[in-house]
Amino acid sequence: MSFVDEFNRLPGIASPRLQAFQRLLEPGHDLEALAARAAQTTRRHFGKTMRLFAPLYLSNECVNNCKYCGFSRDNPIFRTTLSVDQVEAEARYLATEGFRSILLVAGEHPKFVSNGYLEDCVRRLSAFVPSVALEVGPMETEEYRPVVAAGAEGLVVYQETYDRATYDTLHTAGPKKNFDWRLECPERAYQAGFRRIGIGALLGLADWRAEALALAAHCDYLLRHCWRASVTVSLPRLRPAAGEFEPTHPVSDRDFTRLMLALRLTFPQVGLVLSTREPARLRDGLMPLGITLMSAGARTEPGGYTGAGREALHRTERGKIVPLIGTEGEYATEQFAISDDRSAGEIAEKLRSLGLDPVWKDWDRALAHQEQAA
Amino acid sequence: MSTPLAQQPLVIAGRTFHSRLMVGTGKFASPQAMSDALAASGTEMVTVALRRADLSGEGDPFADILDFIDPEKYLLIPNTSGAMNAEEAVRLARLAAAAGLPKWIKLEIHPDPRYLLPDPIETLKAAEILVGEGFTVLPYINADPVLAKRLEEAGTATVMPLAAPIGTNKGLDTKGQLEIIIEQAGIPVVIDAGLGIPSHAAAAMELGADAVLINTAIAIASDPARMARAFAVAVDAGRAAFEMGLPVAGRTARATSPLTGFLDA
Repeated sequence: MSFVDEFNRLPGIASPRLQAFQRLLEPGHDLEALAARAAQTTRRHFGKTMRLFAPLYLSNECVNNCKYCGFSRDNPIFRTTLSVDQVEAEARYLATEGFRSILLVAGEHPKFVSNGYLEDCVRRLSAFVPSVALEVGPMETEEYRPVVAAGAEGLVVYQETYDRATYDTLHTAGPKKNFDWRLECPERAYQAGFRRIGIGALLGLADWRAEALALAAHCDYLLRHCWRASVTVSLPRLRPAAGEFEPTHPVSDRDFTRLMLALRLTFPQVGLVLSTREPARLRDGLMPLGITLMSAGARTEPGGYTGAGREALHRTERGKIVPLIGTEGEYATEQFAISDDRSAGEIAEKLRSLGLDPVWKDWDRALAHQEQAA
Repeated sequence: MSTPLAQQPLVIAGRTFHSRLMVGTGKFASPQAMSDALAASGTEMVTVALRRADLSGEGDPFADILDFIDPEKYLLIPNTSGAMNAEEAVRLARLAAAAGLPKWIKLEIHPDPRYLLPDPIETLKAAEILVGEGFTVLPYINADPVLAKRLEEAGTATVMPLAAPIGTNKGLDTKGQLEIIIEQAGIPVVIDAGLGIPSHAAAAMELGADAVLINTAIAIASDPARMARAFAVAVDAGRAAFEMGLPVAGRTARATSPLTGFLDA
């Protein structure tokens, strides 16, 4: 039994909870009233606090071809993979900015981002970063275990789209084509011992209400079956990226907000994540309503914070490395363009002005750091 | 704070306290708001989540919650929130002690991150280890009278049963069980979690609790310091009423001038 079985029966078996969620998505519900309820619910469960984290891109190498992703194998972009020392340098920069929670992000490439590499990165960072999480290609349970033992606390894996047909169309090559394998990834992560599991849908690829229902069903399933884990939900909206994919189902700010509010009211204790994909005005508006985790000052290319990895920069054409010409390619290519480019300090100040306390450290490596305990 | 109505001091592990209100330090809008609320509450015991504190000993300025709590003024009680099993809780407690924090520990082990309900088996296991290592252990538990006695036998300094799940503001949901715990206890009973308004705290004290712990209700109030003061007054009033002996509720009317008064004449 996995979520795949429940998912395959959707929307037919939607529980009363999910049906209520679905009703909240309808335009008939007064958005202002939802916002007031969501704000109150959030304060009750999370207090007047906001957790801050930063993504740290390890590598933009990728074996997959995903039509919407800047890192797709066939995109002719500038690529690099950071050494463990360079990853540490990036993390130390983020630590000076205040971050005590770092999300390691990488494209999916067995040659560059193998298990041993991830373990080494996690182990190195765990020495001075209390909370290290991963957003990398899905792996087997047994492959995750040593990464958890090295100190990784959370794993994030977005299904991208819960629409099977769309998923199949968008993922043209690579291991990511396997829809069910990805859908079961959070359960494998839980079995391996991750304490925090993040899921999400990349909005813009399919009808947002259908995506929302599947995402809510997934969240509901994980809460019932992976009950020891903290579940977080993120709703990244497509941003401009290499490949110039245009969203086929754009989601308005109003609908995006409605979805966030509905999630908060349906899952009062679940963490809701808001990235720098969203513009400052919208982020500021959502801060007090339901969001509990935010990234800030983010860069979406390897070496983006310190310039690390430029000595190993190379360009690819249809997956093949080609020589650099002249001065081209001084920097690795970002996964997507961020929208809110304010610094971590500026975000913290904005939070304070709204009566919220920016929380940098909310985890200690003494918790669940198995190697340390041994 | 004016002279308390309640007269009996609270004694935990041989240490005397005049306030029966413990305050938690999570969920505040700012460290300053927390600090002001602590002062207004009159509390002498403050709990802090170790996962938010700097245990590295490196003076981490971004994990500075301890900088806002005066150790001269308050007994700082580290808590093990975030621990999912005995091993993790014990590890955290040892780290806290190594970092120079008081060797008191509020033992919290909740494997379920949503309702934060405590694991009774792991809690007992950790309590036995920590008591053996000389910690003053204050375990957070469900309102389970048998577990309360088992922990007392293990040597914990208090038991801290929940009135309702953390942050729910539901009040004395577990009243019947709490009554049994209080009746049977040989150590102080601190009612922890679920108390949302001052009258909940007063009711808990009237029930005979030795103290209460409040966090969310104070932290998310529009004026945390004022709410802290309101809880302090309610705790004091409830305790005073308990000390005086509460009248027993009856179903039939009772004349102010007793009908059998002639017998005493």
